[in-house]
Amino acid sequence: MSPRQFEQRHHDPKPEDEPAPPPAAAAPQSQDAEVDSLLDEIDDVLETNAESFVRGFVQKGGQ
Amino acid sequence: MSVRRIMGIETEYGILGVGLPNANPMLMSAQLVTAYATEALGNTSRAKWDYQDEDPLRDARGWRLDRSAADPSLLTDNPLAPAPEGDPHRITTRRRPAPQPEPSTVANVILPNGARYYVDHAHPEYSGPEVTNPLDGVLWDRAGDEVLLRSSRLLAQLPGMPEVVPYKNNTDGKGASYGTHENYLVDRDVAFDEIITFLTPFLVTRPIFCGAGRVGLGQRGELPGYQISQRADFIEAEVGLETTLRRPIINTRDEPHAEPSRYRRLHVIVGDANLVHVSTYLKLGTTAALLWLLEQGRVGLELSALRLADPVAAAREVSRDLTLSTPLDLDDGRTMTALEIQRVYCDVITREVAASGQADPATENLLRRWAEVLERLDSDVQSAAREVEWVAKLRVLEGMRRRHGLDWDSPRLAALDLQWSDLRPERSVYSRLETAGAVETLVEHAEVERALAQAPSDTRAYFRGEAIRRYGPQVAAANWDAVVFDVAESESLQRVPTPDPWRGTRAHVGELLDRSADAGALLAELTAEPQPGERPAPASAAAPPTDATP
Repeated sequence: MSPRQFEQRHHDPKPEDEPAPPPAAAAPQSQDAEVDSLLDEIDDVLETNAESFVRGFVQKGGQ
Repeated sequence: MSVRRIMGIETEYGILGVGLPNANPMLMSAQLVTAYATEALGNTSRAKWDYQDEDPLRDARGWRLDRSAADPSLLTDNPLAPAPEGDPHRITTRRRPAPQPEPSTVANVILPNGARYYVDHAHPEYSGPEVTNPLDGVLWDRAGDEVLLRSSRLLAQLPGMPEVVPYKNNTDGKGASYGTHENYLVDRDVAFDEIITFLTPFLVTRPIFCGAGRVGLGQRGELPGYQISQRADFIEAEVGLETTLRRPIINTRDEPHAEPSRYRRLHVIVGDANLVHVSTYLKLGTTAALLWLLEQGRVGLELSALRLADPVAAAREVSRDLTLSTPLDLDDGRTMTALEIQRVYCDVITREVAASGQADPATENLLRRWAEVLERLDSDVQSAAREVEWVAKLRVLEGMRRRHGLDWDSPRLAALDLQWSDLRPERSVYSRLETAGAVETLVEHAEVERALAQAPSDTRAYFRGEAIRRYGPQVAAANWDAVVFDVAESESLQRVPTPDPWRGTRAHVGELLDRSADAGALLAELTAEPQPGERPAPASAAAPPTDATP
């Protein structure tokens, strides 16, 4: 993990009323760190209007 | 030897027109296929699909569905096609059809890598070429993803054409499901009842290592949550012929695309489309290994004892069991978890392979991988996140849930699930993981590039693909078991049958193709009087490799 990503993680604003995280998923620490650095990138590529994107993803049936 | 087998994957991709919510999916599918045919292949191939040997209504249980009783979606052949000729190896002639104006879109194209790329109902579908092992299966499956991505890019560059984004997933979460089907040739001597008995518990439990993961429970995603398999909620029967309604665990379509007296083709429709390479590899390899065991005719009581009390219900239970701890009811009153059932299959096959003395490196690698992944899933599910797709996806989703405090009904999680399978690297969540080295890859990008342009060299796909690549304008039609040539020297079209998938390989016909400057020269050699002891057609001009018969 790069220092930049480490900084970002710690400055991530958290609303006061955010629900407590679910009980520990028992993932090893190193994997958590890897996921956190990925989440920054994934946040960037996710559709900005997730709700309308998901609603609009309609397919016809298939085999 | 146990994982060496003729196999292949066909995938229907989801599609979305950017900014076009009401676009016609059949038209968009045709636009994708046409863009690839004209822009990537330069229209060098005009080959049509040859429907002569298709018989989608033949049922492996020994009967044939009456055409009038079949759902129209099952009629994937051409009812006007003539019945097959007697000798499957003989080159036959056909009347050359009258010239017709070229249609503006192409519904069907045969690729130089031996694949078929076409419009199937409302989806573009890539049917990969026949391969002989699970690693090649991964490679030509990835090549299919690349075909779709390029089609999308090429289409968007054409004036007035839309951007159509392909998704490698199996449901829209609103009731529609589209399939990823695996095909395996199996010795005809294996009774179909045995396949039903021994494959059912296997197919129900294997999503623990090859499920692609899905946000939403139920066909319409009516309940919030995450499940292992994309297809589980669409499985409604134990055994059946259908693929679009009442989808069965064991599909009975008996259309081998090969000599029917020697082979049946097992058509597996319950699998997910995978992006994680190891999931695809294990999906193909373990299934092939089990089929090998059935062909040995020595299936022990241990496997007979795995019969599930209610396989369809069990498929849903397995899919929702993220801790891999749910006991499944067996026919004999016992219970076992999916992991325990898979462990029995893995142990029995490993033992039988050792006893057979037939272990080759490809098989040993597969069996080692299988055992390792089961071990990881048993000790700590998260530790399989580099190899197992649903675990890799869950890891990211759980990270997102923690970071933003999201519940499972959050649209952000549903969007992440869909974008996992977006094939555009700049928008794909899976690609983020691959680039970061967070998932293991088994094939390199350069290999995929080659697999896009070239067929596997060790199956009949080589003859088909090379015929298209070398003599494209002289190929009138092709299908899995024939190539139809149209050469000026001949009054008729000439149909070269390829009923044996193990022939028509590079070792078999490579030199012949190299010395044939055009299809006319090729056919002149193929139809020349055979030397004593030789047979004329590429499909039959040499014995199969001695190690090749499954």
